[in-house]
Amino acid sequence: MKLNAEEKAMLAGEQGKATQKAMEILVALGTIYDAQHMVPVTSVQIAGVSYDNLGEAGLHFLTEMEQGGGKARVLTTLNPAGMDIENWQALGIEPEFAEKQTQVIDAFARMNVITNCTCTPYLTGNVPHFGEHIAWAESSAVCYANSVLGARSNREGGPSALAAALTGRTPEYGMHLEENRKPQVTFGVQADLVENDDFGALGKVIGEILQSLEGVTIPYVRGVSGAVLEQLKSFSASVATYGGTALFHMEDVTPEAGLFEPPEYSIKISQAELTSAKAEMTDGYVSSADFVSLGCPHLSIKEIARIAELLEGKQVVKEFWITTARPTKQIADRMGYTKTVEASGAKFAADTCCVVAPIKGRFTALVTDSAKACYYASGKNQFQTILKPFDEVVFAAIGKERAQ
Amino acid sequence: MNWQGRKIFTGQASGEALVSSMGISFFGGVDPESGEVIERDHELEGQSIAGKVLVFPTGKGSTVGSYTLYRLKRAGKAPAAIINAECETITAVGCIIAEIPCVDQVPISQLRSGQRLKVDGEQGTVAISGE
Repeated sequence: MKLNAEEKAMLAGEQGKATQKAMEILVALGTIYDAQHMVPVTSVQIAGVSYDNLGEAGLHFLTEMEQGGGKARVLTTLNPAGMDIENWQALGIEPEFAEKQTQVIDAFARMNVITNCTCTPYLTGNVPHFGEHIAWAESSAVCYANSVLGARSNREGGPSALAAALTGRTPEYGMHLEENRKPQVTFGVQADLVENDDFGALGKVIGEILQSLEGVTIPYVRGVSGAVLEQLKSFSASVATYGGTALFHMEDVTPEAGLFEPPEYSIKISQAELTSAKAEMTDGYVSSADFVSLGCPHLSIKEIARIAELLEGKQVVKEFWITTARPTKQIADRMGYTKTVEASGAKFAADTCCVVAPIKGRFTALVTDSAKACYYASGKNQFQTILKPFDEVVFAAIGKERAQ
Repeated sequence: MNWQGRKIFTGQASGEALVSSMGISFFGGVDPESGEVIERDHELEGQSIAGKVLVFPTGKGSTVGSYTLYRLKRAGKAPAAIINAECETITAVGCIIAEIPCVDQVPISQLRSGQRLKVDGEQGTVAISGE
């Protein structure tokens, strides 16, 4: 790799031990992926924030980087933590866990990382523009940023995203290069897509087909008209979870789709395939489920407004977590949504989510509208899962199977 | 015998080779306190990677695996060095943060468990010692 004078100085340790370690990580990745040089990044999003995933070793590494003088050089935010940082007691988090989680957040803060813990940074002040080079780690956010916003990010891991933050650089390979952003397979969708869980099911079907195709990673999706932000958020999360996808193009929806012809290699997706994908993500019953959650990825304010509308004057009969970014929650506070939600007995869980919180063993079955949440609930936490449309998830929480 | 590979992380180490023809997922696949391979049906299941020159084709699984290598190092159970056919992000980042010498692009099918290997991360070389 060709490094400029400043990058060489970082590698030689002239800007501190943490910066040196960060540059070592980036040079090694650049070497593996044949990058010619580094590209400056203007935005970073770091994963590996929940103490449940980091453990003591991860905390020790972060502490070492912080004590080694590491400071973020560009706008950097965090992935969800293992708890609501301000209201963890209400969620039944153990004090020992809270103590460790707080140490993680504090270490990041001392490195000048903005401790907004969310998988939707693009909703709360970390919003890259078209063509901007960034280094993000949360898989759903990487997919959204590349596809919907047209920014350029590889799928970073926790340490490599931190390395980008501390140096303001990332090796130029993969998604940073125009020639690697071409679609390779067309998916012709012939199905009704209305609800978040429809888009989640579509992401699972496309993601799993991509996994089975050698060397084909970027889909061109046709037949979806007028997807809104929440639907694209849901699709991005699902196709990234099931397919490892960093970028998709969607005809007449995403900004780079018009730059390309749909690839000749084409696969049809039918309604029946979506139906069976949904069935695969449902192995429990609403009646016996003991956990309900919306907000994977984190809810938009529009989604929270809808939950408040549905919960008005009702009482929940199951543990119901509403997960979102702290700034979004603060708007909900101002609008009175929080009051309505909490009066029903439902709980806001800001800064965290049901994927990264330490809830293994606490529940047996989750009702959600998120295909991604189903994947992690059944794998990591060994819950049964029930996938439902958004409104019906709320109805499940208040003990009503369907809308009346 | 010796081979010229590619430097992933610097440092020199010698040790007994532990060779796997299967990929390794450090997160969930290796016990971070004991160094024992715990992935079910893995060909190294039940064996310890501690102090070994660990040879495998490539890493797989969660990116949290980088932290597992770091945790092994802190527990004194890390491999002495790692040799891959093709290194990927998880193993590379893990070796850097845990400071484990690592070399790739070596014909690993020529290596056998029990051989004494000398790895030079700086030069990117692997040699069978005592020859």
